[in-house]
Amino acid sequence: MQTPPSPSDAITVSNLRKTYRIREGGSWRGKTRDIVALDGISFSVPKGQIAGFIGPNGAGKSTAIKILSGILRPTSGEVQVNGLVPWTNRIAHVARIGVVFGQRTQLWWDLSVAEGLALLRDIYGVEPERFTRNRARLADALDLGAIMDQSVRQLSLGQRMRAEIAASLIHDPDILILDEPTIGLDAPSKLAVRAFVHELCRDRGTTVLLTTHDMHDIEALAERVIVIGHGRILADSPFEDLRTTTLSERILELDFHDTPPELTLPAGAHETAREPHSLTITFDPSQIPAPALVAHVGHLPGLDDLRISRPSIDEIITRFYADHAA
Amino acid sequence: MTQSPSHTLSGPGLYRRMAGASIVAQLRYPGTFVIQAIGNFVTTLLSFFGIWSLFHRFGSIAGWDIGTVAVLYGLVNVAFAVAETLGRGFEVFGGEYVRTGSFDRLLLRPRSTLLLLLGHELRLRPIGRFLQGLFVLVAGLWLAPHVQWSAVLVLPWAIAGGAAMFLGVLIGQAALCFITVEGLEVVNVLTYGGVEAGQYPLTMFGRWLRRFITFVLPLAAVCYYPTLFSLAHPDPLGMPTWIGALSPAAGFAFLGVMILAWNRAVAGYVSSGS
Repeated sequence: MQTPPSPSDAITVSNLRKTYRIREGGSWRGKTRDIVALDGISFSVPKGQIAGFIGPNGAGKSTAIKILSGILRPTSGEVQVNGLVPWTNRIAHVARIGVVFGQRTQLWWDLSVAEGLALLRDIYGVEPERFTRNRARLADALDLGAIMDQSVRQLSLGQRMRAEIAASLIHDPDILILDEPTIGLDAPSKLAVRAFVHELCRDRGTTVLLTTHDMHDIEALAERVIVIGHGRILADSPFEDLRTTTLSERILELDFHDTPPELTLPAGAHETAREPHSLTITFDPSQIPAPALVAHVGHLPGLDDLRISRPSIDEIITRFYADHAA
Repeated sequence: MTQSPSHTLSGPGLYRRMAGASIVAQLRYPGTFVIQAIGNFVTTLLSFFGIWSLFHRFGSIAGWDIGTVAVLYGLVNVAFAVAETLGRGFEVFGGEYVRTGSFDRLLLRPRSTLLLLLGHELRLRPIGRFLQGLFVLVAGLWLAPHVQWSAVLVLPWAIAGGAAMFLGVLIGQAALCFITVEGLEVVNVLTYGGVEAGQYPLTMFGRWLRRFITFVLPLAAVCYYPTLFSLAHPDPLGMPTWIGALSPAAGFAFLGVMILAWNRAVAGYVSSGS
């Protein structure tokens, strides 16, 4: 081991590689081809941190999540989760993590939420008092009271996701892996899930690894984003740093009650869209500070309103992927 | 956080919990269950009427009387019904776990995959086949000429061996799902085909099929020989009768081999990811 894992790290990954061997043409004797899913990635997550783990489809995210969950053995590299190597002792490892796969249920379709939780208690061997305590706490925080006795089959997607999260935490795992936890949810359910994860981390010090395509999840929760593409880590930083280095520009929108006038802009600003009653100007605040630009355009005839905004997180990530050809 | 071992249920304890939960789920729609169980009873009984009418017409066939054939028939059907009841998780493994990816979900639970799949469902529906087989078995003992008192011990032992063998087939079928989920109906040759073949005395088959159901799938060991032993019927193929008291062990040996194959298949899945 080159760098001994720090005791304050919940997850350490070093030089992790995974190659899949696939058969061409699907025949039994066909030629095989190797596909590199992870090309030597390293990172660590300290205890109690929420780390976002993002990347376009096919970047290697699911492979990494599967390895960390102990259900896939890597080709090479080292991983420690809670001080254990996930794939050498699957049963000891999975007893100490919680995993939510947004698209797959871990409850039982034909059983009620309460019956499913009780079955998980026995699978994980949770002591009765601790189970009762955890169940009450989770039912309260995730608002499960009304759905406890409904069968999982009857739940809406939002209700089911709240039940899934409770199911993944009934055994008090130190680490929670959330794979697309808000996929398909309506806005109130998304907000409820985010608020819950935030509290979980703050109040119980649970380490959370979050993969998502919803950048608002990342913006709301993650102190840090690990961006993966082509099996490599492209960035590993607080989200604000990614914004600064990728797309620091701001947008100034101007509304007019007539056709917008022709105008000359200072260096660092340029016109990006012109509509019958509005103008969009993109500018770099390090070259032309916002107050100076506003002063420059403020006297224009027929100006009704103006707004300054930053690019959305989706735009930033799209640009980041494009810059890295990911 | 560590769990105190006193609250961790043992394998059998957890199995009882999961089986109990699956029964609750199956009885959620009691009407459906009753209709399916009756359907199962009637369809399996119909197949016995075919055999019965044959013997009714000819009395005995190639030295085999209706009583002996009924015992064979009952034995294989009861054994298969027990395996179907226990092994449902393996039977549906390809469609419900591999194809949907929920096998990963199973691997996230801190228990053996074998135990979790056994706990998938304790299926009540085969009760129809079970009762019907038992009925024919008892009727066969009534009709057969030389029933031995030891049949009381040997027949349950044979049922256990037969159930182990069929469960082994289902586990083997599930293990194959890691390679392909297409075309596994072929395995039905061993399950439903095994039930069909087990209903007839070994001498009715050609040499290669006899060898197959003796040495590859130990069907003769769990049905034919124990029946001969229980009814003191000499083997026309020359094996000593006492072999039937021991041979059901072959069913458990077969199950053991299939469990090893399963564990290898799971290890292969974890290292290849496909």
